[in-house]
Amino acid sequence: MSIILDHVNYIYEAGTAMEYAALKDVCLTIPDGQFIGLIGHTGSGKSTLVQHLNGLLAPTSGNVYYNGADIHDSDYNRKELRSKVGLVFQYPEHQLFEIDVFSDVCYGPKNLGLDKKETELRAYAALKQVGLEDDFFYQSPFDLSGGQKRRVAIAGVLAMKPEVLILDEPTAGLDPKGRDEILDQIAKLREETGMTVILVSHSMEDVAKYVDRIIVMNKGQVMFDDVPKEVFRHYKELEEVGLAAPQVTYIMQALKENGLPVDTDITTIEEAKTAILQALNR
Amino acid sequence: MGIIETKDLVFEYIRRDEEGNVEGITRAVDGVNLNVNQGDFIAILGHNGSGKSTLAKHINAILYPTEGTVWVDGKDTSDDANLWEVRQKAGMVFQNPDNQIIGQVVEEDVGFGPENLGVPTEEIWERVKESLKAVGMYEFRKHSPNKLSGGQKQRVSIAGVIAMHPKCIVLDEPTAMLDPNGRKEVIRATRALNDVEEITVILITHYMEEIIHANKVFVMDKGKVAMEGTPKEIFSQVDKLKSLRLDVPQVTLLAHELRKSGVAIPEGILTREELVAALGLGKR
Amino acid sequence: MLRDITLGQYYQTDSVIHRLDPRVKLVTTICYIISLFIVDNFIGYIIAGLFLALIIKLSKVPVKFMVRGMKSIVFLLIIAVGFNLFLTPGETAVAFWKLKITWEGIRLAAFMAIRLVFLIMGSSVMTLTTTPNNLTDGMESLLGPLKKLKVPVHEISMMMSIALRFIPILLEETDKIMKAQIARGADFESGNLIKKAKSLVPLLVPLFISAFRRANDLAMAMEARCYRGGEHRTKMKPLIYKKRDALAYGTVVCYLALCVVFGRILL
Repeated sequence: MSIILDHVNYIYEAGTAMEYAALKDVCLTIPDGQFIGLIGHTGSGKSTLVQHLNGLLAPTSGNVYYNGADIHDSDYNRKELRSKVGLVFQYPEHQLFEIDVFSDVCYGPKNLGLDKKETELRAYAALKQVGLEDDFFYQSPFDLSGGQKRRVAIAGVLAMKPEVLILDEPTAGLDPKGRDEILDQIAKLREETGMTVILVSHSMEDVAKYVDRIIVMNKGQVMFDDVPKEVFRHYKELEEVGLAAPQVTYIMQALKENGLPVDTDITTIEEAKTAILQALNR
Repeated sequence: MGIIETKDLVFEYIRRDEEGNVEGITRAVDGVNLNVNQGDFIAILGHNGSGKSTLAKHINAILYPTEGTVWVDGKDTSDDANLWEVRQKAGMVFQNPDNQIIGQVVEEDVGFGPENLGVPTEEIWERVKESLKAVGMYEFRKHSPNKLSGGQKQRVSIAGVIAMHPKCIVLDEPTAMLDPNGRKEVIRATRALNDVEEITVILITHYMEEIIHANKVFVMDKGKVAMEGTPKEIFSQVDKLKSLRLDVPQVTLLAHELRKSGVAIPEGILTREELVAALGLGKR
Repeated sequence: MLRDITLGQYYQTDSVIHRLDPRVKLVTTICYIISLFIVDNFIGYIIAGLFLALIIKLSKVPVKFMVRGMKSIVFLLIIAVGFNLFLTPGETAVAFWKLKITWEGIRLAAFMAIRLVFLIMGSSVMTLTTTPNNLTDGMESLLGPLKKLKVPVHEISMMMSIALRFIPILLEETDKIMKAQIARGADFESGNLIKKAKSLVPLLVPLFISAFRRANDLAMAMEARCYRGGEHRTKMKPLIYKKRDALAYGTVVCYLALCVVFGRILL
C-alpha cells in the first residue's frame, strides 16, 4: 500500500520553444501513514509533483503506481484514485460554489456516486473533522471568515475519505493563530485516521514542527529526502537554492559558536529549550 | 502635526441580508488615534479581521470615517477638495500582486499614476526610470507583468506608487501571498525606500519578522489599538500577543520559554546576537 | 485549449512595420480589406498579393508563424470554397453524380479563397506587429472625434486594455479551478449536453466570483493611483506621426490607386 514514482519526467509545452522540464527523473516511495513535508522554492516542481500523485498530470515518461497498479493504464479508474488521493490546492476556498457549506462538502462524495445518506454522513463527519461548528453548516460559504472557508474546502476533500491527503500550502494568507489551528487540526486528524499526509509548505518552522520526513525539490529534482534533522543539517546547500533551516537551528549554531555546548541539529523550540537548560546547568 | 494623523477614527458598515434588509452594524475601526511623523517606519499588526486593512484604506481616502477625522499632510481626507492630493501624497500597495497591475508592460504600469496626475510626458519617463531603479526592477521594464514572480510584481506596484512622488506609502499586507524569498525582496525594497528616499512607510502585516526594523508598532484587535510601542516593547509581551492571535519570532519565543524556566534573561529579545549576549556568552 | 490560438498574437521583434504608428497600421488594414473587395480580376489579386508579401517581408515575422495561425480558418475556407464551387450556375466544367462544377464557380471559388486568405493574413500582420496596448491607443486616437458625440472612447479603450491584461490570468485561474474540481471527482467530459452544461456550474461560479473580486480590487487600486477617467490625463507614450508614417500613408494611397486602375477599370 503506497505511492511509487518511478523515473518520472514531466515536460511542459514539449516540442515548442517554451519547452521546460518541470520534473526530472523523480523516483520516490511514499508508504502508508507517513507525515511528509514537501519543500522547495516557487518553480522547483513541487506543484507539478503533487499533481502527478492523483493523476491530474500524466508523466511525459516514467510511471506512477498506486498500491501496485500503474495509474495511467488504460483501464485504471482514475476517478476512484482521486478519492483515495485527496488534493487540496492552494487557496482552496476559491473553488467553493454551492449555496451552503454543507452542500459544498457533499459535492465530492456525490461525484463518487454514493447515495444521499452516505454522502451526507460523510459530509457531516468531514466538517466535524476540520472542527467547524454546526451553526455554520447552512450558511453561505462566502459569508464565512477566511480561516473557516479554508476549513470547509479541506472538508470537501476529506468527505471523499482519502487514504492520502495532500495539502498545498494550507496556511497561506492566514494569521499566525489561524495557521497553528489548521496545522494542529491536520496533525490530529492524521493521528486519528492514520492517513498519509503530504504538506507542501514554505515555512521550515512548520515543517520541522510537524512532519517526520522531508522531501526537498530543486529544479525539478529531488534534492534531499530524509528525516528533518538530516535534511536541515545541509542548511548551507538549502540556502544556495533559496531555502533555509528553521530559525531555531541558526540560534543553536550561534550559541555553540559562542561557547555553549549544545547540539546544532535541533529543529524545534521545545528541543532547543531542553538542550539549552541542560547545557546551562552543567 | 505629523504626516498622518487620525483622531477618534470610527468606521462602521451596515450588514445586509440577501433581500437587502439591515441585519446589523459592524464597527470595523473603533476610536483609533494615530500620529505618524514624516520619515517613520510604522508597522500595524493584527489578526485577520482585526480592522487593520480598513484602517489603512482611510489613509488613502478609499474609505471615509463614519466618525472622527483623518489628516494626511494636514489635509482632511473627508473633504472632497483634498481627494486627489491625499491620494497622491499617500500611495497604497495592496495584497494581491495580480489585481493591482494595470499596464501590460512593466514601465507602462509604473507610468499609470503619473499619467493620471497629468505629469508631462518627458517627466513621466524620468519618474518611471528612477522608481524602477529604486526597487531594482529597471532591467525588467520591457517585460510583461504576467511573467514576473510575486515578489517582482509587488516591487513593480511599489515603483508605481513611488512614481507619483508620495510622502507616505501604505502597504496593506504586501507579502501575504508571497513565498519567503518574495517576502524578503519586498521588505528590502520597502526599507530602502524609507532609508534612502525618506518616504514614510506604514506596513500592515501579520509576519512578525517583518516588523523588527519599525520605529513603532501598533497592534490592532477588534478595531481598536490594543498595543503600541517599539518592536522590543511589543515583543516583550509574548503571552498578550498570543492572546491576540499573533506570535513572535522563534528567537523571542525561545528566550521567553527559557525565562519562564528560570533563566535570568530579559524579555523582548529580537535577534540571535541579543540572545547570545543575554546568556552571557561570546565574551569568554 | 484556448491557449493554442496563435492567430493574432503579438510577435516580438524589431522591424519597420513594428515601429510604425498604430494608427497607420489600422488605417492600412482597413484600406487593404477594402482593396480586396474593389479588385475583381487576377491582376488585381496579384497586386494585392505582392503588397502583402512586401509587408510580411518587412515585418520580419516568419512565414511559418503566419501559416500556423491560418490552420484555424481552414474549415471556414473549405466551406466558402465548396459553396462557390458547387452552387454557382453557369457553363459546366466537370460533372459527376448529381454535382457539377462550372467555370464561373471555379473562378468565384478561387477569388473567394484568395480574398479570405489575404484578409486574414493582412489583419493578422497588424496584430502580430502591434502590442494590444498600442492598438487600443491607436483606436482611441482614431475614434477621438466620436468623443464629441459623447461616445466614451477613452473608457472603451481602457476596458479593452484591461481585458487583454486579465485574459491570461483568468485562463490560468480556469485551469486551476478545473483541476481542483476534478480532484473532487468532477467530470467535465462525459455525459450528454445537459449533463455537461450542469457540470460547468462548479467551474463557472468560482470563476465569476474571482473575476468580480479581481475587478473590485483593480478598481480600488486604480482609484488609489488617482485614476479619474480620461480628463486631465497625460500620456507616457503619446502617438506622434513620424516621417516613416507619412511614407507609409503615401504607399497605401499608391497601392489603392494601382488596385483601382488595374484591378477594376483597365481590364
